[in-house]
Amino acid sequence: MIDRAGEKIESIVPHEGPGVRINARPADGFLPDEPRGILQCENVDVYYGSFRAVTGVDLKFGLHEITALIGPSGCGKSTLLRSLNRMNDLVDGARVEGRVLFDGEDIYGSKVDAIEVRRRIGMVFQKPNPFPKSIYDNIAYGPRVTGMRVDSMDDLVEEALTKAALWGEVKDKLKQSAYSLSGGQQQRLCIARTIAVKPDVILMDEPCSALDPIATVRIEDLMHELRREYTIVIVTHNMQQAARVADRTAFFTAFADEGTGDRTGVLVEFGKTTQIFEHPTDQRTEDYISGRFG
Amino acid sequence: MTTAVSAGGPATTPDRPTPHTEPASRFAGRPRYGELVIRLLLRIAAAVTVVTTVGILIALAIPSIGFFAEVPVLEFLFGTRWAPRFADASFGVVPLVTATAWTTLLALLVAVPLGLGAAIFLAEYASPRLRKVLKPILEILAGIPTVVYGFFALQFMQTTVFRDWANLPTGAFSVLAAGLVMGVMIVPTIASISEDSMSAVPQAMRQGSAALGANRMQTTLRVVFPAALSGIVAAMVLGVSRAVGETMIVAIAAGNQARLVANPLEAGQTMTGFIANAALGDSRVGSIEYDTLFAVGLLLFLITLLINFISIRFVRRFREAY
Amino acid sequence: MRTLGGTIDGAIRPERPLASGTNGERRPAPLTFLVLLWLSLVVAFGVLVTLIVTIIIDGQGQFTGRLLSEYPASSPDRAGARPAILGSAWVIATTAIMTIPLGIAAAVHLEEFADKRNWFNRMIELNVQNLAAVPSIVYGLLALAFLSLLGVRDKNIVIGGALALSLLILPVIIIATREALRAVPTEIREGSLALGATQWQTTWRQTLPSAVPGIATGSILALSRALGEAAPLLVLGALVFVSFDPSGILSGYTTLPIQIFNWTGRPQEGFHQLAAATSVLLLGVLVLMNGLAIYIRNRFQKRW
Ligand SMILES: Nc1ncnc2c1ncn2[C@@H]1O[C@H](COP(=O)(O)OP(=O)(O)OP(=O)(O)O)[C@@H](O)[C@H]1O
Ligand SMILES: [Mg+2]
Repeated sequence: MIDRAGEKIESIVPHEGPGVRINARPADGFLPDEPRGILQCENVDVYYGSFRAVTGVDLKFGLHEITALIGPSGCGKSTLLRSLNRMNDLVDGARVEGRVLFDGEDIYGSKVDAIEVRRRIGMVFQKPNPFPKSIYDNIAYGPRVTGMRVDSMDDLVEEALTKAALWGEVKDKLKQSAYSLSGGQQQRLCIARTIAVKPDVILMDEPCSALDPIATVRIEDLMHELRREYTIVIVTHNMQQAARVADRTAFFTAFADEGTGDRTGVLVEFGKTTQIFEHPTDQRTEDYISGRFG
Repeated sequence: MTTAVSAGGPATTPDRPTPHTEPASRFAGRPRYGELVIRLLLRIAAAVTVVTTVGILIALAIPSIGFFAEVPVLEFLFGTRWAPRFADASFGVVPLVTATAWTTLLALLVAVPLGLGAAIFLAEYASPRLRKVLKPILEILAGIPTVVYGFFALQFMQTTVFRDWANLPTGAFSVLAAGLVMGVMIVPTIASISEDSMSAVPQAMRQGSAALGANRMQTTLRVVFPAALSGIVAAMVLGVSRAVGETMIVAIAAGNQARLVANPLEAGQTMTGFIANAALGDSRVGSIEYDTLFAVGLLLFLITLLINFISIRFVRRFREAY
Repeated sequence: MRTLGGTIDGAIRPERPLASGTNGERRPAPLTFLVLLWLSLVVAFGVLVTLIVTIIIDGQGQFTGRLLSEYPASSPDRAGARPAILGSAWVIATTAIMTIPLGIAAAVHLEEFADKRNWFNRMIELNVQNLAAVPSIVYGLLALAFLSLLGVRDKNIVIGGALALSLLILPVIIIATREALRAVPTEIREGSLALGATQWQTTWRQTLPSAVPGIATGSILALSRALGEAAPLLVLGALVFVSFDPSGILSGYTTLPIQIFNWTGRPQEGFHQLAAATSVLLLGVLVLMNGLAIYIRNRFQKRW
């Protein structure tokens, strides 16, 4: 584990499994058997036009937990993730059936404003996507467009960058273009940008897949830090990463749907990460995790 | 509300009211009237294009109805004498259509080989540096006003080249001069669209061909050209529709006599040439002269519309090639 | 079956030595092909050079300050293109004001807001493609009919010409703007939306600013097309003797292309020289505009 200056490592107690290090809750936080679901899928189907990409997902994302979504390519992880903050609204023809509850309220309800949903459920993308603006303006953009009341934008920017563990590296060049940063820094900037609007949930779609191992470790550490305040859902292709960071893991796979003729994603198994990785109950999960399939 | 959540509560910030005090959806946000107004304005702007088309149709159709009340459609379409201003007026559009066909044909004879040659050279042979120089020149060629081409067709082509140098048996104007110069005018259109579609052919296809032992010419003609065919045909069709609709070159260099052109060295009047010329004569709204203008305009519009639909279909049909 | 290099049922060609001393690209057919390609370029650019040289030679006697400062006259020695220059400026400025915001707005609707499966939006798309191919003179007829409908007697007014030219270049601007918007990566939009920005905020603050160079290039090219256009104005009666400076959008006017057309049609040689000189002037302005457009494209266009 990388030791960041001035930070104690013991806040995260690694639980060594065979070959992979598996995450466990910090000593102060006990992981209940059932997640206290702040965000919850109830029998969710997602369609692109007539194509059913995902079906029948029942899932609870626990408050202040990190939940990993894993599964083979094309099984609908990104699709499901994007339906959790209504990013799919912008894809012509995309449609969600079933209910996605945030704090008990259906985010697809008729009175719900998708923009407000996205403000409270932020998203970090696979490829770092900073805006073609300065570092400062990248952070300030969210609070500005959402009309947040801010006492001091400078303080807010500093706070967000600090939480994203980027402040030290960029504090002297806030006015420079965000494109001058390295890929890993850009991704942390995108996380900082998301934090700045103070969402409740952060969705991350393969946030480290474009990054090198060192940058990846930094982001993983950051996620552990952020878990104190935020609920995180992460899609990852990297099994070790899921094992390292996630409190709970959901395994998806795609099956050839006889009825519709589509390859449709389903949730196979969901549980504590330790359980999914050490004692999977479903044969498909075990095959995937041990690398026999995928 | 799930009990689990009320126990923990979401991470609320002070400036946000707590969920429990709000009666309606907590995601209701503020009403975004501004956003709605803007969307409506954008939609209206897009609808202007439709209004334009409908406007064109109405603008052309209404006077045309007046026209066809006096001149039978068949006489208009198949009559071979065009003399709208004479005492024994005659409204057979065939001479105008024939002249248009001549200039278009001559233009294509120039523009298709030159345009395709330039496009192939730029897409397949030119070094990136040379291309960076040639493409802007081509764009400038495309930007020359047609009235300047018209001046060139009349003063240089017809007067200097055809009459003074070549001593051709031709008068002050000719369909030939107008058609050839119009061809030069269309070269950039055909070249740049064809070049785009050839450049869009994946490099892997060229490499695959080269790996089989083909030379560049074979690769170009047998692999790139067929793959880019839809774009190339679309470029030619656009060239045709520009030639049919071109006004200033023919108004200046082709002449004003509406007669059946049998020989390109003769003068002739195209459909556009007639409209431009007749419009100078300040005709009264509602008069037959005024209506004639629009009847010919309608025919012109329908012809280019047809050409364009053929082009769109063609592009659709072949687009999925790679 | 025989050894490698032999034939199975004659399917494999007899071996050719690799070092045959020939070059596949230098055989007669490919060489002829290359020569033909070169020829087509030489002819195309040769005509361009001839055109420019001839109008410069024709017009050289008339490159004087008088061309810029004087009004048209019955004698070529006293005539100038001053009202045409001002008229072109008035018409193009009015056209720009009318059509650029409209074109950008329409393109933003189609590219950023419209559901592409909706029949109305699909029809608009098809329609824009069609309008781009409508002959310019038809726009003149449209404006003529529109002004007649409004009961305007004298149709040779700045706003009338600008109306025809605006509608003429509207599809060009829409198509260029859509391309510029499409070049902005989706990730930028998604990044903004995921922060809770509205779609319009995203468009206004992220997508449009990134697309500005492309839009500017397309708009300048469209305006330079309008500047060179004469046919629709001819239909609106712009071919008149104008011996005054245009003073507003309801003022009478003539433009540079119309003035060139006018002088080209006169019998006296002196007027032909004036037409050539005015053509050089117009070409100069157009080359500047084109150059500016190309410069903006190369200098400011982002490569994502
Ligand atoms: N915009 C879209 N329109 C239509 N189909 C889509 C769209 N996006 C995704 N799909 C389809 O939905 C299915 C699930 O895609 P999704 O991107 O969610 O998979 P994924 O699990 O995230 O895969 P990966 O691990 O490769 O990212 C795939 O079959 C894909 O082709
Ligand atoms: Mg994905």
